[in-house]
Amino acid sequence: MAFQKDPFNVIIGGVGGQGNVIASQVLGRILLQKGYVITIGETYGASQRGGAVMSHLRISAKDQFSPLIPEGQCDLLMALEPVEGLRILGQYGNPAVISLVNTRPIHPIEIISGQTPYPDVQEVLRKIGELSKEVWALNATEIALEMGDPIFSNMVMLGAFSTFEMLEIDLHGFEQAIGGLLSSERLSENLEAFERGRMAVEKR
Amino acid sequence: MSIISQDAPGKTVLLMGNEAIARGALEAGIKVCAAYPGNPSSEITGSLSGVADEFGLHVEWSVNEKVALEVATAASFAGLRGLCTMKQNGLNVASDFLLNLNLSGCEAGLVLVVADDPGALSSTNEEDSRAFAKLGDFPLLEPATFQEAKEMTKWAFDLSEDLGLPVLVRTVTRVSHARGNVLLDELPRLTKKPLFDTSKPRVALPVLLNHELLRDKLRRAGEVFETSPFNFFRGPEKPELLIITCGSGWMYSLEAVINLDLSERVGILKIGTTWPLPEQMVLNHLKKVKHVLFVEEVNPFLENSVKEFFAQNCGDLGVKRFSGKASGTLPDIGELSPDIVISRLQDILKVSYEPLPAEYALRAKEISAQLVPERPLGFCAGCPHRATYWAIKNALALDGRNGFVAGDIGCYSLGMGPSGFSQMKTLHAMGSGAGLAGGFGQLNAFGFDQPVIAVCGDSTFYHAVMPALTNASYNKSNLLLLLLDNSATAMTGFQPHPGTGKTATGHEAPILDLEVICKALGAQVEMGDPFEVEGTTETILRLLQDVEGVKVLILRRECALVRGRTQKKLFNMEVEQDLCLGEKCGCNRLCTRVFKCPGLIWDTIADRAGIDEAICTGCGVCADICPSLAIRKEVV
Repeated sequence: MAFQKDPFNVIIGGVGGQGNVIASQVLGRILLQKGYVITIGETYGASQRGGAVMSHLRISAKDQFSPLIPEGQCDLLMALEPVEGLRILGQYGNPAVISLVNTRPIHPIEIISGQTPYPDVQEVLRKIGELSKEVWALNATEIALEMGDPIFSNMVMLGAFSTFEMLEIDLHGFEQAIGGLLSSERLSENLEAFERGRMAVEKR
Repeated sequence: MSIISQDAPGKTVLLMGNEAIARGALEAGIKVCAAYPGNPSSEITGSLSGVADEFGLHVEWSVNEKVALEVATAASFAGLRGLCTMKQNGLNVASDFLLNLNLSGCEAGLVLVVADDPGALSSTNEEDSRAFAKLGDFPLLEPATFQEAKEMTKWAFDLSEDLGLPVLVRTVTRVSHARGNVLLDELPRLTKKPLFDTSKPRVALPVLLNHELLRDKLRRAGEVFETSPFNFFRGPEKPELLIITCGSGWMYSLEAVINLDLSERVGILKIGTTWPLPEQMVLNHLKKVKHVLFVEEVNPFLENSVKEFFAQNCGDLGVKRFSGKASGTLPDIGELSPDIVISRLQDILKVSYEPLPAEYALRAKEISAQLVPERPLGFCAGCPHRATYWAIKNALALDGRNGFVAGDIGCYSLGMGPSGFSQMKTLHAMGSGAGLAGGFGQLNAFGFDQPVIAVCGDSTFYHAVMPALTNASYNKSNLLLLLLDNSATAMTGFQPHPGTGKTATGHEAPILDLEVICKALGAQVEMGDPFEVEGTTETILRLLQDVEGVKVLILRRECALVRGRTQKKLFNMEVEQDLCLGEKCGCNRLCTRVFKCPGLIWDTIADRAGIDEAICTGCGVCADICPSLAIRKEVV
């Protein structure tokens, strides 16, 4: 078995509208094809309205686990936004967690209005490092914007995620999983996003 | 092909709980499904609408929940299986019909799925709809997993048909909106000609006779439930503690027992058929234990049922200790979680639990509290509602009589928060904004002089605002209603409604024109574009000050998310850095500090506004509010 513990817990978090739900669904479908029992839970209500959002993935060889991961039990984190990564680690982190971070911030209303500053991104990444066993990072939004649409950033992140060997994800599994879920007209772009994420991710 | 329509018995797929319910209904051979959207229920009918043509179903978004239940019931009366779905608030709307339908009974399987929202994550209350099962003597099923969501829905149709009584399925957010493995079964393709048997009138009268029949049906349901596979026990023969649970409580309880390594000490009795109680089964388990913990969402429904039953039988059972919501062991408001159940089991059985080093947990919380800003919900970038509330805020300020907004249910409910500039001061049920505003309008005779603006969305208008408007016209109230027409039921996932020209299944439908309806209901109607902020402000102010009677201002602008799916940006936005004067401008940073669209950014070092190109949808409104003309919009 590829996972060292059961259930293996993955959190994908970011800001409503960044596509964390789709990313978790694609990952869930890939793992289901490998024979695991998958549960995906989603924080709800904020999904498209700029709030902080999270998907919890439980991967087990035997039981259907609850859609909420107990505190302190995240094994692998995908943060689509830097401070959202830190927010999640505050509740679900532990010394063994491996984190992947999209370095591009999205400013909450209170930052835009100037009531409070957005923390320095390098400082945020350092703190994520302090709370993680390993940190991997890339500017997925920038890559997606280069491709012409920020909507691809979640697929860029999935590509980056696929470099973690325990997940055993390859381009073929990804292509199968997005079939019927994402528009087939944009298949080649999604595959490109996946590949670019895979190439761009770096360990910090 | 839709994931729920795969004709692949034996295949395991990843389904959302709501999709699993839809699949269960398909496997049960339903012909009609009717619903009004509402989270966390919307995807059940939403996913069925996508396969309706393929399976020859009638699937509709009805204008409200009561009509939806009536439509589904007609199918049952004529011998075809019918499904109706709604959220907890919807059941209140449907309840008048429902509490007569129990007496008339039904013919073919009729299932009402109600999705509750513990913690009110996307609702204005956290009502526990299970009360209606007791109120109306309906059999009640509660799925605990995704597989069960499918199996239970499918079986509910058989049960309903056997009893001649509608069956309630109560699900909750963490089952409906989560995803998990579901093993698919056969899809039947039945054809049957519907026929209403006129020798069997479906009426509630004579009430006492039908009430007696209803009680008999419920007793029979209780007998059937005694051997239901949806009720099972997992644990040792004589546990120190028995957890009795249902719905999402099952997965939390299991998680807690596994995490604390208590499988030799704690037993879990999972009940799927929660009303009427499978009494003999419960009795058998009560005999073996001294201490029972109830784990369920929102109200102590199962807890009270078991305790009532215990009171009848305590002579044979001896002393028991019951822990749950009533004892204060578990919180009686808000959502449960694995962590809550873990911590209560720890307290009760005195076991330790340390999933991570305490100093790490403390440090992680400290760092997060120090550096992570809050991220409250707000209107999306380019949302017409932000522009509308901006106009409302300015009009009410210019009016100067301490006016306010009477709110309603939809995305625009966020008008009570910062992104609607806190203008909304009442918020209750569908249509209640217009109803209350009509009531405030009657208070002028008593010296009430605050202007009131009711707001409602386009879908909400058809659902429940039409009676309020009719009432205001007939009773000569003074009312100003802003009808925020964004061409979709946006809050729940952009479902079509009678104003959109499309049915649930994507077919053409006649557009029921809002302007024409409002006029027919006696209102003076004006049209506006919320993106024309200045003109809208002036119109609102004029309508507040000049005119008596019932007035409707229809503010039409498509939802930015709907628009973004099919069309390009209206404008490319840019901030001319030389023209933006920053904090020195004197505008108090109107764009970012006051208007606060998430598509804007504020560069604290340069002291200038900017555009976040990953977020901005190019609506152009901020260009109109910038006094220095620094924000430029260029037609794409």
